[in-house]
Amino acid sequence: MKKEHPGAPLLRMDRIPHIWCPTCGIGTTLNCLISALSASKLDLDKVSVVSGIGCTGRGAGYIKLDSFHVTHGRAIPFATGLKLANPKLKVIVFSGDGDIIAIGGNHFIHAARRNIDIVVICVNNFNYAMTGGQVGPTTPLTANATTMPFGNYEKPFNLPYLAESSGAVYVTRWTALHIRRLTGAISETLNKKGFSFIEVISPCSTIYARRNKLGDGLSLMKFYHDNSEIKHGANTRDVNIEFQKKIVVGKFVDIEKPTFLEARDEHYRRVLGEKYQPYGGIG
Amino acid sequence: MSRTEIKIGGFGGQGVILTALIIGKAASLFEGRESTMTQSFGPEARGGACSAQIVVSDMKVRYPYVTVPNVLVVMSQEAYTRFEPQLDENGILLIEEDLVKSGPTRGKIRAFSIPATRFAEELGRKIVLNIVMLGFFTSVTKLVDADAVRKAIRDTVPKGTEELNLKAFEKGYEYGLNKLKEEKKKLG
Amino acid sequence: MKADPKGVLTGSHYLDGDHACCEGALAAGCRFVAGYPITPSTEVVERFSARIPRVGGIFIQMEDELSSSIAILGASWAGVKSMTVTSGPGFSLMMEHIGLAVMLETPCVYVDVQRGGPSTGLPTLPSQADMMQARWGSHGDYEVIAISPSSPQECFDMTIDAFNLSEQYRTPVFLMMDECVGHMTEKVVIPPADKIEVTPRRYTKLPPGKYLPYKPDRDLVPPIVKAGDGYRFHVTGLTHNEKGYPVMSADCQETLVHRLVDKIRVNAKKIIRYEEEKINGADVIVVSYGITARVAQQAIELARKDGVKVGSLRLVVVWPFPEKRIRELAGKTKAFVVPEMNYGQIVFEVERCAAGRAATFLVPHGGGTTHNPEDIYKKIMEAAG
Repeated sequence: MKKEHPGAPLLRMDRIPHIWCPTCGIGTTLNCLISALSASKLDLDKVSVVSGIGCTGRGAGYIKLDSFHVTHGRAIPFATGLKLANPKLKVIVFSGDGDIIAIGGNHFIHAARRNIDIVVICVNNFNYAMTGGQVGPTTPLTANATTMPFGNYEKPFNLPYLAESSGAVYVTRWTALHIRRLTGAISETLNKKGFSFIEVISPCSTIYARRNKLGDGLSLMKFYHDNSEIKHGANTRDVNIEFQKKIVVGKFVDIEKPTFLEARDEHYRRVLGEKYQPYGGIG
Repeated sequence: MSRTEIKIGGFGGQGVILTALIIGKAASLFEGRESTMTQSFGPEARGGACSAQIVVSDMKVRYPYVTVPNVLVVMSQEAYTRFEPQLDENGILLIEEDLVKSGPTRGKIRAFSIPATRFAEELGRKIVLNIVMLGFFTSVTKLVDADAVRKAIRDTVPKGTEELNLKAFEKGYEYGLNKLKEEKKKLG
Repeated sequence: MKADPKGVLTGSHYLDGDHACCEGALAAGCRFVAGYPITPSTEVVERFSARIPRVGGIFIQMEDELSSSIAILGASWAGVKSMTVTSGPGFSLMMEHIGLAVMLETPCVYVDVQRGGPSTGLPTLPSQADMMQARWGSHGDYEVIAISPSSPQECFDMTIDAFNLSEQYRTPVFLMMDECVGHMTEKVVIPPADKIEVTPRRYTKLPPGKYLPYKPDRDLVPPIVKAGDGYRFHVTGLTHNEKGYPVMSADCQETLVHRLVDKIRVNAKKIIRYEEEKINGADVIVVSYGITARVAQQAIELARKDGVKVGSLRLVVVWPFPEKRIRELAGKTKAFVVPEMNYGQIVFEVERCAAGRAATFLVPHGGGTTHNPEDIYKKIMEAAG
């Protein structure tokens, strides 16, 4: 008997098999998103997923929702336009570290500053995998990359710290091993208002791990198992990642702040009074 | 005359552009004629030399720029020095007399001057000097109907300042009428 | 469909081209603008930001032109007519998303108030040197629609035209203004809403499951859907099939890109607009657009006083280019004179279509100010022989 994949109702099964390598963490992360969406009470017709370019950027192409695969680095500003033009939508950005933090870094910090009501799931595999393993803004010091052939000497970003200091209202980090906790975190963000950020540390066994001689997928999972330390509420200053050292995971930030649209609405009601025409999108 | 070219010069903050806008609006919206207003833009327009040009015509304005102004309004020495040589030799020159020291006139140019800043100060707000100048322009040149200009002032100036601005306009307008009488007497 | 009266400022106004463009957008039903300040286009977004809270809609000043040029695509996929406004340097940054807009077939409007370049160039002074960038600026093959207004009234009217064309053909449309037109103030008459024709979005009538995002209608334009309506569709900047799914093959590329190009070429006759004056029997035809068309008029009149038979063809829609008409005229006239505020862009199109059957003369100008009409006049006289 042929059994259907439990995520099938929310997957574009006519596009499977996907392009991701065996033991890659992106599929796992997408699965967590699908589980969280399936379990949620959201009207899934009103959920949109936006991806940029890269391995993770293919995520939007596999999820069976309104989904947009846009340009490199610009998933967040596309999502901003989508969300502001129709505030009834729940908009999720699903993309990689190079996409969101390097080429799209400016959009990331400004969307967080404005508290645009979107969920950003950033799969961090420490390198540009689609193009063959170049250094990225998250590559740990000393790690090898094709454009850092003698090891990385650029200090990487600490993503939770960047997200929090830019204004995100919800900041969490898990690895692709923490399926239950990651799914739980995504579920929380689906009901959260404001700019939510989820960093997912993901094994890239074909490119990053091979180049850095870190073993196969299983040994990477074992590494996460042995070296992840759950520290809810940890100061995001202290959660930077060093090459093959302890990874602090957990929920670091969960606060309330008016979103861009709430702040705008409140402000215009106050200063324009009767003349203000509130905007709720169309349809 | 179906096409008239007007140039206004002064320094930033004097309301040069607003004056031009009101003239253009008066002609276009309240007299049913055509007009095009253009202005100098850029950092050089802030505080420094500032000018605006209006073409007023009974027909559609095609070429939108002023090449040989028929009327020149100057509210700064620099504007006088720069623009006076461009003025048509049958043109009209209007001068803010406390700010501009003018030389002898060329050809058949008719020159008229007014202490617009002083009048504006007497009205309590130096800022309306441009509107005094506008009133002066309206009566001396008769290019645009005075009522159309009054309407354009009401339509353009900030709410609450209409009466002050109209007073400033009348002050300049009356002064202009008197200047015309003086001219007539002189010419006998 | 008639315009929504909420956005229409009916009456006679004394406006510059930038402000008129904003009113055109509001009248066309634009309810989302994302922009980044840049001279000489900023007045458009300043006015929009003041007007929109009282009309109902969104303005957001983004962190740059990259984000502005894609935020409008997001908004458009939410079903909201959207626009961004910029000038040279910002236009350069927007190029990648113009390609995305073409590829996703997203209705939207890009306004470029042209200033002198290259690079920072002349921020406050005019040029017409982005015309080829509008045509070819993004990588890959595509066709676009670009309109060139020459007065504030046309900035109003043609912004509406730009929105209508973008909805009709599911494509980005450029309003190629210039600093002169943007900062020139004239009477702008805004008609009542029920006199303004607005093209509605071409939504599919098919239910989810039956609908294919890129299956074209007979005019090669596929009907569209918007996010949130249950279609659970996918769109991608990758080469894609009718389903919207990426397919990395030469066949798929041929089917898709050929249709994207043909969508404009096949419908060009319906899109192209130009104004002719005294063309019949003309020995010289001046081909011009934007502010330069008005400047050229002065030269044309001078030449006519000298007894030269001069005709005028003003390009209203510059892209697609009226190839057929120029070809026809090339057989009837001695020469084309093309004044433009650049060192030769549209003149090459005229030359290509004239194909040696009529001489073609460029009257170049680097920008910073308009042509001296005298220079155009001299070229007309030279062309007349």
